[in-house]
Amino acid sequence: MIPTIPMEMLRIIIFTVAIILFVSVNALLLVWLERKLAGHFQVRPGPFEVGPHGLLQTVCDGLKLMGKQLVAPAGADKRLFWAAPILAFAPAFLCFLPIPFGPHLLGMDFETGVILILAFTSLGVLATILAGWGSNNKFSLLGASRAVSQAVAYEVPLLITVLGVVMYSGSLDFTSIIGQQGSWPWQWNVMLQPLGFLIFFVCSLAECNRAPFDLPEAESELTAGFHTEYSGMGFGLFFFAEYTNMVITSSMCTALFLGGWHGPFFSGWWWFASKVYFLIFVMMWMRWTFPRVRFDQLLNLSWKWLIPLALINLFYVAVLVKL
Amino acid sequence: MNFNLDGDFYSRNFQQGPTENTMILNLGPQHPSTHGVLRVLVEMDGEYILRAEPVLGYLHRMHEKMGESKTYNQFIPNMGRVDYLHALAWNWAYVGAVEQLMGIEVPERAEYVRVISCELNRIMSHLLWWGAYVMDLGGFTPILYAFDDRERAQDLLQRITGSRLTYSSFRIGGVIQDMDDIFLDGVKAFCARMPERLKMYKNLVTDNFIFRKRCEEIGEIPVEMARKYGATGPVLRGSGVAYDVRRAEPYSIYDRFDFSIPTQDTTDAMGRYLVRLDEITQSLAIITQAVDQLSEGPIRAKVPKVIKPPKGETYFAVEGARGKIGVFLVSDGSNVPYRIKLRSPSLSNLSLFSECAKGSLLADAISILGSLDLVIPEIDR
Repeated sequence: MIPTIPMEMLRIIIFTVAIILFVSVNALLLVWLERKLAGHFQVRPGPFEVGPHGLLQTVCDGLKLMGKQLVAPAGADKRLFWAAPILAFAPAFLCFLPIPFGPHLLGMDFETGVILILAFTSLGVLATILAGWGSNNKFSLLGASRAVSQAVAYEVPLLITVLGVVMYSGSLDFTSIIGQQGSWPWQWNVMLQPLGFLIFFVCSLAECNRAPFDLPEAESELTAGFHTEYSGMGFGLFFFAEYTNMVITSSMCTALFLGGWHGPFFSGWWWFASKVYFLIFVMMWMRWTFPRVRFDQLLNLSWKWLIPLALINLFYVAVLVKL
Repeated sequence: MNFNLDGDFYSRNFQQGPTENTMILNLGPQHPSTHGVLRVLVEMDGEYILRAEPVLGYLHRMHEKMGESKTYNQFIPNMGRVDYLHALAWNWAYVGAVEQLMGIEVPERAEYVRVISCELNRIMSHLLWWGAYVMDLGGFTPILYAFDDRERAQDLLQRITGSRLTYSSFRIGGVIQDMDDIFLDGVKAFCARMPERLKMYKNLVTDNFIFRKRCEEIGEIPVEMARKYGATGPVLRGSGVAYDVRRAEPYSIYDRFDFSIPTQDTTDAMGRYLVRLDEITQSLAIITQAVDQLSEGPIRAKVPKVIKPPKGETYFAVEGARGKIGVFLVSDGSNVPYRIKLRSPSLSNLSLFSECAKGSLLADAISILGSLDLVIPEIDR
């Protein structure tokens, strides 16, 4: 007798495999895109030799990273040191489960999808701390200590702006939040809460450790910050995690503010994807244009500007809901 | 006076180790922001710097000693390697000293070749610094824009000097090669292009909010401090002192050109930054005037095959991209110098760092270090 597999389980398994594939291919593509964009911003062609327009360059780099010897520094806490990159990468998969790419294209219909993502993205900072502490390197430690205060400072305004959207929609489920937004751009949440969108975007830059807020790995100050001591795939996983986090925060931004899969015509996952990639493009654009902020300026921006503004935004949304 | 000669700097000052609340961080000798093999020992309380001491000696190449064992002409290539970013100023300081000692009159056209090539070299040096400084502050892209412009100047200089970085084209009594029309046309085109580019640099970087926050009121060097350490060049002019060797002790034909000495009274990193960008404009003005005034003539004076200056000593100073470059030369009448002492501006400017960085954040210290525009080989000579 063939045991019947429950449909829901089958769906999760298929989706998990698809997500693993998507995350890996996507990270490679994004690294290529970043290098290509950086090249064009800097008036040079970027990777060009391997494959058409250098498309296979990142594949080769990935293979090279896998072939590298994994070296742990002599004084390192080996368990923490190797746990960190895995911890950085693993939660990224789970975060994809509740994100609806299309009307029916999602891994699992969570009632509380927003909470799940916020909970798991917060785990990323734990990986940074472990990496910084386990490396037994002063530069890593400084990077980790920066990461902690940065994460604490930026989680607060991020949560408050998300709360604004949740209050307005009355749901923690991505599908219904998107469902309430219409097809046309003026029916999206971004038109109702432009301030909220702005704060969310700035905070997501800081959460992903992207420039100009890439202080935990500030290259010119801390050589490479928390991942100074990592080689091979240890570094590779951190690198993957960074790009995956970019996709997650952009997806969240799209779902909460930009109407998800809705578009003026032919609504579907392609609208979702194009919005996500547009946001990622803006992130990369900023990275290759702006200098890095200083640490105290970063914290000042959050505590003195973003949090009060986020509270004002929340108040404004509350009034809007009442009306 | 008592000197403590036990052990090296590190063992005397840092071996006791950090106290309970501090840690000692070793910036360098390999660090992305020291641009070379500079090592800075930093004692930190959190992110604040309590003590910062540069440790020198990682790139000591004994240029001064080599000068004492080579003939006068053989030593010229060394000068291009002391400061590889403004090599022609060092060339000039050395050949100028020998010419002064021997009383050689340099032909007028050779002086113009020297001025034009040296000022082009100064622009190249400032452009590279500009890009590297913005990179220190985390902006990656500008350095490639700077390289675009620098490459054009390099192509030009390659034509009359034969090399692209470590120039040694000055000779005692003149220069190695004359300028041709292609070079002069190229220089004119370069001078016409640069103002547009400088405008773009201003829009992209100087007016950037984040950039301004990283430079303004960072690393303030009061005039007394700059004087105490003997700082020269843009570092001194950034503190509001209009001291430029080209104006203060005019050498060659610099008295014929109309140019101003840019200064800034803010004394911070932004002041030094603006001084350097203004200097690019002034150098362009000098080049334009020099090209207009140009007249035909020889490019080498008649000098003996074997250089044997009379007994005596001399000091000759020129204005390099980083400050006052001086060569002190003692001759005993033979064909090798008795003693050569090189005064490098980077060493004096670096000495400031310790006092200037005290109490600042680590990120600010990187900004200060970058704003001093150090070339490490020049520090150790």
